Formats: sequence, structure tokens, C-alpha cells
Amino acid sequence: MSNAASPAAAAPRLAAAPTPTSVRVKASLTRRYRAERRFRAYGIVAILVALGFLVLLFSSIIGNGYSAFWQASLRLDITLDATAIDPDGTRDPDTLATADYAGLIREALSKRFPGVSGRDARRKLFGLVSQGGTYDLARMVSADPGLIGRTISVWLPLSDDADMLIKGHIPRDVAEAERRVSDQEIVWLDELAAKGDVEKKFNVRFFTNGDSREPELAGIWGATVGSLLTMLVTIAISFPLGVASAVYLEEFARKNRWTDLIEVNINNLAAVPSIVFGLLGLAVFLNFFGLPRSAPLVGGLVLAIMTLPTIIIAGRAALTSVPPSIREAAYGLGASPVQAVFHHVLPLAMPGMLTGAIIGMARALGETAPLLMIGMVAFIVDIPHGFRDPATVLPVQVYLWADSPERAFVEKTSAAIMVLLAFLIVMNAAAVYLRKKFEVRW
Amino acid sequence: MPIAVLLATLIGLTVAGYYMGRSRAVAVGGHGTRHLNSLPSYYGLYVAAWCGIPAVSIVVLWLALEPEIIRALLVATLPDVAGTWSDGTMALMLNDIRNLAGGNIVSRDVDPELRTAAEYYAFLRNTGFAAMAVVALAIAAGGLTYGRRAIHPDLRARNRVEGVLMVFLIISSTVAILVTIGIVLSLLFEAIRFFQRVSPVEFLFGLEWSPQTALRADQVGSSGKFGSIPLLMGTALISFIAMCVAVPVGLLSAIYMAEYAPPRVRSAVKPALEILAGIPTVVYGFFAALTMAPFLRDWGSQIGLSISSESALAAGLVMGIMIIPFISSISDDVITAVPQSMREGSLGLGATKSETIRRVIIPAALPGIVGGVLLAVSRAIGETMIVVMAAGLAANLTVNPLQAVTTVTVQIVTLLVGDQEFDSAKTLAAFALGLVLFFVTLVLNIVALTVVKKYREQYE
Repeated sequence: MSNAASPAAAAPRLAAAPTPTSVRVKASLTRRYRAERRFRAYGIVAILVALGFLVLLFSSIIGNGYSAFWQASLRLDITLDATAIDPDGTRDPDTLATADYAGLIREALSKRFPGVSGRDARRKLFGLVSQGGTYDLARMVSADPGLIGRTISVWLPLSDDADMLIKGHIPRDVAEAERRVSDQEIVWLDELAAKGDVEKKFNVRFFTNGDSREPELAGIWGATVGSLLTMLVTIAISFPLGVASAVYLEEFARKNRWTDLIEVNINNLAAVPSIVFGLLGLAVFLNFFGLPRSAPLVGGLVLAIMTLPTIIIAGRAALTSVPPSIREAAYGLGASPVQAVFHHVLPLAMPGMLTGAIIGMARALGETAPLLMIGMVAFIVDIPHGFRDPATVLPVQVYLWADSPERAFVEKTSAAIMVLLAFLIVMNAAAVYLRKKFEVRW
Repeated sequence: MPIAVLLATLIGLTVAGYYMGRSRAVAVGGHGTRHLNSLPSYYGLYVAAWCGIPAVSIVVLWLALEPEIIRALLVATLPDVAGTWSDGTMALMLNDIRNLAGGNIVSRDVDPELRTAAEYYAFLRNTGFAAMAVVALAIAAGGLTYGRRAIHPDLRARNRVEGVLMVFLIISSTVAILVTIGIVLSLLFEAIRFFQRVSPVEFLFGLEWSPQTALRADQVGSSGKFGSIPLLMGTALISFIAMCVAVPVGLLSAIYMAEYAPPRVRSAVKPALEILAGIPTVVYGFFAALTMAPFLRDWGSQIGLSISSESALAAGLVMGIMIIPFISSISDDVITAVPQSMREGSLGLGATKSETIRRVIIPAALPGIVGGVLLAVSRAIGETMIVVMAAGLAANLTVNPLQAVTTVTVQIVTLLVGDQEFDSAKTLAAFALGLVLFFVTLVLNIVALTVVKKYREQYE
């Protein structure tokens, strides 16, 4: 069009370019191909950067955390002196459980290192063994009172600092004042290790204990149970509600302003920051309805509200993918609209809905911020037994441990993250499997 | 747990109702079921609905209202001085009564009056529950009888049952609206209480944030400063750094995967990037605090920069990594949605592939990409755990990414975690911040979703 309007302007330009177009194109080709290769390289670099971060993240977590699955333990010959444990000989369970086992451990250590004297040195020596050793002995004796009076050889957990030293997380080559383990303690530990009395054992406590202030005794079982209870509440509420809303909006609702509003609403809720749901939970469930703080019940409610939009959106997508011919065939055989949906369309859409639900649950399992708002960050040692008990969940446990100053909590945190990621991988794999197995291509 | 027993009984009655209704329908239908209006199972469901729904509603209603009713009855019997007690004393008193009745530890000496009150409280709870149970069971039985007697061959049981089902579906679909209303109301309500103490002008335009109110009025800094500008600036700074990482990396990898990558590479890289999206944010936070921040600090001290160990840079970088898959998957979708004819037209005119992408595809996909970036910004603003763990608490008003800044979400968490009295300006400030956060992200989301939707319609 511009050519037609101004032929005079086009003419001189042609005249100013005596070389034919093909020559000019050829001349520019090297440059253009170089630009092409460069552009491609940008893309590859971008992908490598993203994947590099992924590798860095995983290697940093695994590198920090794998050692937490082992716990350095010390073999001690302990004399279970009857006069110290059960002076009256009643074998009363209460007496057995509360006897002074720490004293017995101290005695055994003194016997092991007879040369140690002085308050400070003795305290350091006794500090090598974790408090958990006392509980272990109490449990063993309570389970089998026949042990009293005998000398037994037991493996007791070392304290967190000794554990860190043996695992190499506390460097030996820095000045004594700069590390948490003194030279004397290193000498003792090396002596014990040389005799084969220090060994790294599989850390069962990590999987069976609740939280603890002592890193070597802290475990994730309490948080795992809390997560499980919370997820049960979440799925029990969000799945039926989500499926019902998806079915209504996709199959029955007339297109009008009200349903438009609901749609906009759901899409927005899916993008609302999770912490806002926590504020809602705090204001409504805790302050208005007076539900208990820190309870899986409230956590589950908040997460259910948060995952609801995800489930609705996935459910609607699953329903849309069922072809209309299915509905029409059902109508043709005399089914009512409700029957057509509930007997034919919904079963076919179910795998897709379940996949969406599992992905929503995986997100809820990793969510932390809203649970902080409703008080699930408390330090809770006991394993929760019900939906109203105070509890914490895995990601919050990670957050709590990450805040603890002890060096040993770094590996615990990383290990807890590994467990959390394992759960997430299993859930996502289940979702992928479901999709692959039941996906129907119409 | 008597409530569980009650619910189990009600469920049992409902199931019984189903079978009774079904066999009753077969019986009144005469020979076979040919003369019935609906299938027998619908008559069963009809009776079950009459039996179960009203009774369970009563139980739920009671559970929701019980604490309020009992509290009102209890307060009425407390000694006359109750009228002069402050809310706090009253709450403490009621708490003690509840604990005493439940056999727990009480915070004061148990006098006879308290004991009477506790006994009365236990009595009220037991009587109330018993009355409710009787009423619920009676209603269930009544519903069962009524439903069963209503059955005759002309009863349009299927339509009735479907009607009930439809009501359930409609109620479920309005939950989303109720949640939004709940969020807005709860935030607004608490924020208004906050603005009664601190003027909105100071909150929105104040340059200083130090919410630490002292215990006594005569201590230093007893008033607290609630200017949100430093928090908003900090949030913007960290989100900006995150976008500087996420947009180039995400966009370029999406372009490569959509236009260049062979299918095998694509099918391997795409899930790998989605893993980044599935990692919990608390893990990113730990990574930022443990690996990224010390690394940046050491690196900075080597080249002579002083980088704070809670720098905005560390939090922003890690947040950027988190957002990469978000941007790349949206961009990938929009780029593949650009019609093939546009690519072919450009290639046919002799453009190289990268020229086609830069001059044709990106401009065509731009609205969708912008929408995706806006959604990512809204996510960055609302992201909590990374900044809680890696960014600082100090509200510095700065745009220097090497210094520590704090964000809106960090402050909400620090203000609300731990035990606090609920109506101090400090805790209420969290709700005002939440309101700001909600509205900013809401506007971003609405704009982004509209842009993306418009774009989709354009090519469909």
C-alpha cells in the first residue's frame, strides 16, 4: 500500500542498492546464522541453569542430611546394681522407671577412664553420653527386671556434639576454643573408637520419637502423625466439596452472572497467598468458633479451604474431557440428567479428579505458612492421638529445626526434608500412575 | 466419646431407613416394580434422606451453638459482681470453671462458689447433650416413619432425591464464595479495629515500622510505629530480584522447549522442571538460609563487598528459582498455542527460526506471557517461608539488595506466632497487612487472568 502511495520514494531506494537482493541476503547470512546459534544457546543455558539449581538443591539437602540416619553410639559395660535401682527389692514398676540410671552410666564411664578427676573433667566425660541413654536403660530394665544385679554391655547414644565430631561435621583442625568439642573429649572418643566401642548405628529414634530439645533424641514420628491427621481432615472435607462443586458448575449450572462470579472466585482463590488462608483460620476457626489451637482439626480445615480451588479446577477439567456422546447415549436410554452424570460421566472422570486431588494433597502436605498462623508451631514432644490434640506437621518441624542453633539440627532438618520429599514423590508418582493407567483417549 | 456413638446410631438408622424404604416400595408396588414411579432404590434413598438429614443437621447446629448457649446460662448464675468484671477476668473465670469441671489444673484456689459453678457447668453440658441426643433421635425416628408412610407407587421418589442432591451440589459450589467473603470480612473486621488505634494515613504512608509495643506505658518506644512503606519496599525489592532470575530463565527455557527441543529432551526436561514447582517452600527457605546466604556472604567478602547474611539478594535468588517452573510452564502453554500458520508464514518468507520467534511468536504470545508474569509476581509477593527463613526482621527502607530487608509476609508471621493477647495493636497490625496483601494479589490476579483469558479467545 505504501508502495502504491509513493512510487517516487521507492524508486531511489532501488537505485541506491545496485547489488541484487540475493547477494545482500548471502552476505548477511553468516551473521544471521550466528544469531540463530546464539539464541539456541541461550535456551540451552537457561534450561541448564534451572536444572543446575535443582541438582544443587538436592545435593545440598542430601549431602547435609544423609548422616542423620546414623547415630554414633558407645558400648559400655553397665553394672545394674540392685541397691541403686531397687533397694527394697519390690520390683515396683514406678521404682524401676525412675531409678538413677544416669548414676549407673556415670559409674561405668568412671570405671572406663579411672584417671579422670576434677569436677570439670568428670562433667565433660559424663556429657559424652546422651540423656537418651538413661531412658534406654530404664526401658530395658522395666521390660526385663531379671537384668538387675547383672553387668550388661549396651550401646548408648552419644551426645550431639560427640556425634557431630565422629561424623566429621565438627572440624578437628581448628583451635580448641572455636569448636564445641574440647581436645580432651577428642582424646577420649578416639581411644574408645580405637577399641571398637564407638560405632555408627542406624538411627531408629529419628523415626520413632517426637520432637526434643536434644538433637540426638529428636525424631519425626510426632510430626508425621500430625501430618497424617491433618491430611485426613483435609481430604475428608475438600474432596467431596470439590467434586460436588465441579459437577454442579460443569454439568448443571446455567451460564449466568452468579456462576460467572463463582468461577472468577475459584480462579482467584487458587492464587491467593496461602498465608491469607492462615489469617482466615485464625480469625474464624480459632477466635470465632473457639476451636483448639495447634490442632490437626483446624490445620486440616484451613488446608482444605486452600486446596478446594485446585480440586475444583482439576475436577472440571476431568469432566470436560468426557465426550458428550456418553451423556447423549445415557439420555437415549432414558436416564435423567442426574443419572447420566452420576452413573456414567462421573465414574469416567474419577481418575482425573483423583489425580487432581492427590496433587492438591501433595501441595497441602508441603504447606507451612498458614499452619504457623493457627499455632501449629508449638514445641510438642508427645505423639498426637486425636484431631483435637496439639500437634505439628512435617514442614513445620523442618521450620522449627531450621531455627535451632545446634549444629546437629542441620542434619536433622535435612533428613526431615528428605522424608518429606519422599512422601511428596510417592504421592506425585501415584498421581502419574493413576493418570497413565486410567487415562482414556477419546 | 458419646458424640461418636450418637452419630453412629444416626448413620445406622439412616442405613436401616434405606433398606426399609426399598422393601416397602417393592411391597406397595404389587407385582414386581413395574407400577412404581421410580426404581426401588430411590424410595430407599428418599426414606434415608428424611431420616438422616434433619437429625444430623440438629447435631451439627448444637455442636456449633453449644459453647455460646452454655456460656450465657453460666454467666447468668455467677455472683452479682460479675457485672463489674472486665472481659479478661470473666474469660479467666470461665476457663477455670471449665478446667475444674474437666478435672484439670486450676489457676486459683478452689472455693465452694467455684465448685458449685463447675458442677453447674458440667450439669448444663450433660443435660444439654442428653436433650440434644433425644431430640435428634426422635427426629430421625419421626423422619423414618414419615418417609416410610409417604411411599406409594405414585410418589416421584427419584425427582425428590435428585432435588436434595442438587441442593447439596449448589451449596458446595457456593462454598468458594463463602470463603472469599470470609476472608474479606475477617481481614476487614480486624483491620478496622487496628485503624481505630493507628490512623490509616500513618499505616499507608509512614516510613517507620517498629511494632514492638512495650509492656508499660512509661517505657521507651511504648507507642510502636506502624508505617508500612519499608515493608512494601522490601517486598517489592525481593520480588523484583526473584523476577530478574525467573523471567529470563523461565522464558528462554520455555522457548527452547516449545520451539527447538526434540520430543525426547522435552519429555525429560519438562517433568524435571516441574519437580522444582513441587518442592515445599520451607525447603527453599532452608536452602536459602543454609547454603545461599553464607555462600553469597563469603563470596562478597572475597571481592570486598559487605553482604548481609540476611540479604534481600539470597531470598530473592532462591524465590526466583522457585518461580522458574511457574513462568516456564505458562509461557510454554502460550507459545504452543500460537497458530502454526504464523510460524510457517514467517519461515516461508525466509526468516530464521530465531527471527521467527523474536519477531512473530513472542509478539503474538506477549499478552499471555505478561499475564503469566503477573501471576508469578503475585505469587512472589505472597510467598512466605523463603523470606521468613532467609530475609531479616529489620525494617530497613533501602533498595540495596545486599542489605537485610523485611517483607509484609515476614511481619505477619512474626506478629502472630507465639502467644499474644489478641486485641493489641501489634497483633491487629498483622490483619491490616494481610488485607493489603490480599488486595494487591487480588488485583494482580484479576488483571492477569483477564489478560490470559482474552489472549486464549483470540486464537481459539
